[in-house]
Amino acid sequence: MSVDYVLQTTDLVKEFKGFTAVDNVNLNVERGTIHALIGPNGAGKTTVFNLLTKFLIPTRGQILYNGEDITQMHSAEIARKGVIRSFQISAVFPHLTVLENVRIALQRKEGNSFHFWKSDRVLNKLNARAIELLESVGLQDFANTTTVDLSYGRKRALEIATTLALDPELMLLDEPTQGMGHEDVDVVSDLIKRVSADRTILMVEHNLHVVSKLADNITVLQRGAILTEGDYETVSADPRVREAYLGVSEDEVVPGTEADKAQQAAKEEVTV
Amino acid sequence: MQINKTAVALIGLGLVAPFILYPVFLMKVLCFALFACAFNLLLGFVGLLSFGHAAFLGTGGYITGYMMLHVGLTPELGILCGTVAAGVLGAIYGKLAVKREGIYFAMVTLALAQLIFFMYLQAPFTGGEDGMQGVPRGELFGFIDLSDNMTMYYFVFAIFLFGFWLVNRTVHSPFGQILKAIRENEPRAVSLGYNVNDYKWVAFVISAALAGLAGSTKTLVFQLASLTDAHWHMSGEVVLMTLLGGMGTIFGPIVGAASVVTIQNYLSGGELGNYIHIIMGLIFVVCVLAFRNGIVGEIQKVIKRNFGN
Repeated sequence: MSVDYVLQTTDLVKEFKGFTAVDNVNLNVERGTIHALIGPNGAGKTTVFNLLTKFLIPTRGQILYNGEDITQMHSAEIARKGVIRSFQISAVFPHLTVLENVRIALQRKEGNSFHFWKSDRVLNKLNARAIELLESVGLQDFANTTTVDLSYGRKRALEIATTLALDPELMLLDEPTQGMGHEDVDVVSDLIKRVSADRTILMVEHNLHVVSKLADNITVLQRGAILTEGDYETVSADPRVREAYLGVSEDEVVPGTEADKAQQAAKEEVTV
Repeated sequence: MQINKTAVALIGLGLVAPFILYPVFLMKVLCFALFACAFNLLLGFVGLLSFGHAAFLGTGGYITGYMMLHVGLTPELGILCGTVAAGVLGAIYGKLAVKREGIYFAMVTLALAQLIFFMYLQAPFTGGEDGMQGVPRGELFGFIDLSDNMTMYYFVFAIFLFGFWLVNRTVHSPFGQILKAIRENEPRAVSLGYNVNDYKWVAFVISAALAGLAGSTKTLVFQLASLTDAHWHMSGEVVLMTLLGGMGTIFGPIVGAASVVTIQNYLSGGELGNYIHIIMGLIFVVCVLAFRNGIVGEIQKVIKRNFGN
């Protein structure tokens, strides 16, 4: 096999006091692709994410990034290696301006972040680059707005701009379209498509419409274990996936009941 | 711009104040104002509630007192020694404390400060309950006699301005920008690649050293280093000063310190002297319940509402 993997996990396990949240997950994320992690609520998607970004320590197993074992590294350390994550709730610095938010990320490579005796005017030379990044997500007109006043969709766009400022090799997005209206969903998914050039994206996503549009590969999790993997056609044709999402298999449902309607609706969403 | 104008006005006020008010009282206000500014750097700008800052105030005081009494250093070197000692203590305490968050951070700092308090209570060089008395003010740079209160006042004022400038600069520096980011959203700061504990630690050391500077200066002013400065009451008092004045504002701690010292001075002379702790407690409760932004914070809100854009 000559496939180039950015991120690989081998037999990743996370146990919380006897409860296995992540059960022997072997994840392989191919370089240059958008890889989606889907599954019903409580399937362990966010736990996997927290393990990959070291916000949680795995009970067992190994995580390889570009072939290097990063299982024991700290969050900030892997961030400096080029693995940048987003959070389920929009991760911005609410009482800083939009421009300052992006500058925080740009500042890291300047090597002056411990300089308490210098004026913060030295950071102004980063403004041009920051505006450029804001332009790439359509936020240039909001540069001096206090972030807390932005709409939800724009906050997520800002978050992506901030992440891009670090030019990450691997972007981990935790439910980037969660809680958004239709318009924002389209804007953000277009944005993700656009920024995916030259980099790899691993995302947790509930919105199957977004997944079908964006993802090259999909891994379905259920009860902490991998149910199936493949491209959208393969995964969506798998009856186990539908069962996992609805809790019942198709032929168990009595036609005309609420459960049937729900399943039909879900099916429609899956086949969009 | 706003801050610059206010700062110029305050400097002017500070220069003429000793002709109107008693210089020793003013020096006391300045020492506590510096202490509160140092404390506010942690609470207001990093979001860390230290409940052991008296340890640094006390350490600054005792070390400076010892250096002046027994080593015979000049005042500027004595103060430098006290400040550095508090900074070193802060470096050790900070290393232990920044690993914890919220209430645990407060408890670790309190416990470590109590350790220092009992050490000073027992150590022979501190004079125990009596305190370290008769510390000479000495001659600044070897030729400016500080025994005159007016001269001493301007020396203290200069020290205060330096400390105030340093806090202000730290807040408005590339480093301060990261501190704000940590206060706003710590997990995000981590995910952007910042080792947040290192930043908290540096802020802790700066804050401790400046608290030490305040203690050192205070010892010279009153020619006394006492256990009061290292007691946990003092750690609580600085919280009150900062909250009353306005946490996270530049001028809040100064206003808070001035208010608290004035109230205490006024009460301790009168019949209400015995009730001083009850009255301070009431003020604290009212402040936390009714105007949480503190005096300066509330004023800023009013200005913003009426003249802001």
